Parts: sequence; C-alpha cells; structure tokens
Amino acid sequence: MTAPARTQQPDPVPVLRARLRRGSAPADLALLLVGACFLLPLLWLVLGSLDPEAGHETKVPRQPGLDNFAAVLTPQLLLQPLWNSMVLSAGTGAVTLVAAVLAAYPLSRYRSRFNAPFLYAVLFGTCLPITAIMVPVYGLFVQLELLDSMPATIFFMATTTLPMAIWMTKNFMDGVPLSLEEAAWVDGASRMTALRTIVLPLMRQGLGVVFIFVFIQAWGNFFVPFVLLLSEARQPAAVSIYSFFGQHGAVAYGQLAAFSILYSLPVLALYVIVARGAGGSFALSGAVRG
Amino acid sequence: MPVSHRTRQSLRYLPVLPAILLLLVFLAGPVLWAFQASLTNAGLTGRSARNPEWVGLENYQRLLADPAFPLSLALTVLFVGGSAVLGQNLLGLAIAVLMRRARPAVSSLVGTAVVAAWVLPEIVAAFAAYAYFSRDGTLNQLMGGLGLAQADWLYAYPMVAIMLANVWRGTAFSMLVYRAALNDVPAEVTEAAQMDGARGWQRLVFITLPMIRGSIATNLMLITLQTLAVFTLIWVMTAGGPANASTTLPVLAYQEAFKFGDIGYGTAVASVLIIIGGVFGAAYIRLLREPRP
Repeated sequence: MTAPARTQQPDPVPVLRARLRRGSAPADLALLLVGACFLLPLLWLVLGSLDPEAGHETKVPRQPGLDNFAAVLTPQLLLQPLWNSMVLSAGTGAVTLVAAVLAAYPLSRYRSRFNAPFLYAVLFGTCLPITAIMVPVYGLFVQLELLDSMPATIFFMATTTLPMAIWMTKNFMDGVPLSLEEAAWVDGASRMTALRTIVLPLMRQGLGVVFIFVFIQAWGNFFVPFVLLLSEARQPAAVSIYSFFGQHGAVAYGQLAAFSILYSLPVLALYVIVARGAGGSFALSGAVRG
Repeated sequence: MPVSHRTRQSLRYLPVLPAILLLLVFLAGPVLWAFQASLTNAGLTGRSARNPEWVGLENYQRLLADPAFPLSLALTVLFVGGSAVLGQNLLGLAIAVLMRRARPAVSSLVGTAVVAAWVLPEIVAAFAAYAYFSRDGTLNQLMGGLGLAQADWLYAYPMVAIMLANVWRGTAFSMLVYRAALNDVPAEVTEAAQMDGARGWQRLVFITLPMIRGSIATNLMLITLQTLAVFTLIWVMTAGGPANASTTLPVLAYQEAFKFGDIGYGTAVASVLIIIGGVFGAAYIRLLREPRP
C-alpha cells in the first residue's frame, strides 16, 4: 500500500462515525491501482484494433484507423462465424430455457421427497469439470456419429448449463404467488395452461436473466465447439478466431484485436442489460449462493 | 377406473423428464463412458478406434509410471491453490472491503474494470493475456519503463503467467460474492466493535470474516471447481509448454487424447479429474445442506 498517512491513534468517538462513511483517500488510491492493473491487458485490445501496424506491444497508433475492422468484416471471416455463434447460443438458450422451465415447475409447486435429492443431484452436476468431460463426450459423439452436428452440440451445451438454469428458474418461479394460479384452476385451466398464461408472463424478467446468462456462456464457450464441431462452415466465432489467427495470424495482430472486439460486443451489451435491469447487479452470480 | 394417488403423483413430475433425459444422455452418460473407456485401449483412429480392447487397469498403471502425470497433478494443485484459493479469493475480498471505504464513483468504476475481464469471451481474454505477457508485450514495457529486468514470461515463467492471467480473469466472481456478503453484515455490529476501540483490521478479522464464513466457504469451493476446469486460457497462452511446464490435468487429458490419439489414456486422465471435481462437489453440497449458523 502507499504511505502510512493514517496510522494515528484512535480518534475520539464522535469522529469515529465519520470515518465509517465512504470516501477514504487511501482506499480510493488502492482501488484505482487495482482497477488500472485490470484494465491494462485490455488496453492492448483497444489500441491494437485501431493500429494497422499493431504488434504485441501496447502503443498509441501512429496512424489510427479502422482498417483492421474493414479487413475482418468479410462474410467468410467474421459474419459466418458470428452467425454460427448466434445459432449455437440462441439454440442453447432456447433448449435450456424450455427444459429448465418444465423441470422447475413441479419442483417449485409440489412438495415431495423427490425435490431435495433431485436439486442437490442437479447442483452436483454443475460441479463436474466440463473440460474433463470433453474427451469422453468426443468419444460418445464418435460412436453415436454426432460429430460436427450443430443440433447435437446445442443439446450438449444446453445440458452443461441446465443445472444452473434449473436452480435459477426455480428460484424465480418461487417468487410468483400460488394464489394467482389457483384462480386460473378454478376457472378450469389445466396446470400447463396456467403455467403458460399466468406464471411465465409474471416471471418474464427472470426468464430473460436465465436466457441471457446461458447465452453469454454459450457465446464465450471455446472448448466445446472446438472439440465437437469440425467443419469450418459450422464453427462459431470463438473457434474460427483461434484457428485463423492461431495458424496464419502471426502478423495480423491488429485484425485479431478488431475481431475480438466485434465478437465481444454482443455479450458486453447483454451483460449491461442484465446488470442494469430488474435482475439486479448480482443476478448472474447470485444464483450460485444457494 | 380412477387413477391411483401414486400414479397421479408421478404424472405431476412428468415435465421434469426432458431435463432428466438431457442430463442422463449428455452428462451422466459421458462420465460413465469415461470410466469404461479408461479401461480400454480406445484410439482416435485406426483399428483401436473401431474395436477398443479391454485392458483393465493398464492405463492407470501407466499414469502412475508416467512422469508427466505427477508433474501435471502438482501443477494443477499449484494453479488452483495459487490463482484461485489465494489469488482470486484474497484479491476479491480485498477489493470488496476497499469498495466499502472508497468513494462510490471510484468503487463502481473499478468494479466495472474487474468485471470486464470476467465477462469477455474466454478466447478473447486468453488472447489479451497472451499479448500482455509476451516478449514485447505490455508487462515487459512496464518493467522496462520502471527500470526492472524484463523476462520472456511465457517461456521462462509459464506458471506465473497463467496464474496471474487467471487471477485477472476470475477475481470478479469472488469480488461479487464478497460484496453481497459484506452488504448482509449489519452495520451496527461493526459500529459496536468500533466503539469498543477495535481497529479496522481487527474488525475485519474478528467480526466481519467470521460472520461471512459461509460465503467464504462457498466461494472457495466454486472458484476451486472453476479453476480446476480452466483449459482455454492455458491452451492459448502456453499450450501446456514449454515441454510440460504448464500442463495442468485438463491440458494433459486433451493432449493425450487428441494430440497423441490415445483416447483410453486420455480418458484415464479425465477420469481422475472428474473424481477430483466430484469430491469437491460432494463437499460443497454437504456444506450447503448444513444449516447456516
């Protein structure tokens, strides 16, 4: 830390309360230092993307320009992979959401000895290291001849996010009062109709949070499509950026940075929506507190 | 004939079926398949790919004899212990504590910077970290500017580089957990301690930390599990090299299975990793089920 400017003896009591309030200068300084350390690696990304002659070093471009963005904005290099990412992430989000809502409904609405063991088993599923499962999943996909199949990859990715999604969805569903549904049953609606017309509309913000949460995870996932999707035409941006720049990109750092920024923008935007929105700033990790 | 109570009871749980099917086919299936395949000589290509032969515990015996495996296990422990249990955990706690004392504008600004590294797609974070630690990257520019010795981080100190990168990437999670936990500590408790003359660090160690020990345990468990599974960051930065100097278990499993084409041996490594994850997962669930003090 910086100079010990504040190691005085304890102040008299009335001043103590003031010191508990916010705004201590050493804390500000220490935090800003930490923040700078966290921003530094990202600085290269931003400056490099604007510099046609970018290398590994961080420097202000001599002639800043958007050449790098123009170079990567081609259908084959950027648009097709981004579209694949979109299909993969939206598909994963949709499959996860449907399965999670269906599973969460009985868990939220009925009391049974089945609930607690099931929920803990599901939670245990979130603990398994997915990277360790990738080798066996590859083996499984070979035997079932599912390699390079977009739907199969979507179902697998949905399964990996499903445990967390079930927990989050159940928590959101618990927040919808049962009395509204009961009114619908009295009017003759079946349980599934009540779920569709009463419960889901009331928890749409929660559903939005779950969908975005899954979407962000799928969008950023590199390892799963890297192992399961082989042909270039199906690879999402995470994989194509790696294979393109990993193999022939020794000189194109500026383009790599530009590609990275364009690829990251959607998830940054989605995160802001969730963090600002009704989900609360802690929605993304709040679910894990059990 | 009226349907029995029991049947009706089970029918109500019918909607859970799709989720159970998915989890069985794509999660439990591969795990069981891994244990089974690790007992065969299954290969990526060729004859052993079509008709794997049963070899019993041969792959596990090879694991124990292979010097790469104990090294990889040790590197994994170092990686998890250094970058998650110590790095992310303590830094996240420190940031969360400082945020309560700093000006709100500063604290939200820094919070955004920390979260930014976490929200980025992992491949982008990995590229950024690679550039940062490379020979003429930002870190060496800084060291040069301060008059310190420069180094080729990714070759000379690969573990240091990937551990720092993982701290950078993952601290946001601990920070968010601790910020929420600290918000739940009633202000009266710390104020009372302050009246009794406890200093800042004393209040933190003797009052605040014991009150949030549930969150600390949960956080430690979750970041351990997350860090255990880190692959992309290491793969892009060092690919496990130079030689095997940064080959953690996920990288080893991948290399054995896909680079050397030995699925049986690769799944044996993966099985070990799955078991480690399972043990931590079981401990975590025990922890959650215990009533909070």
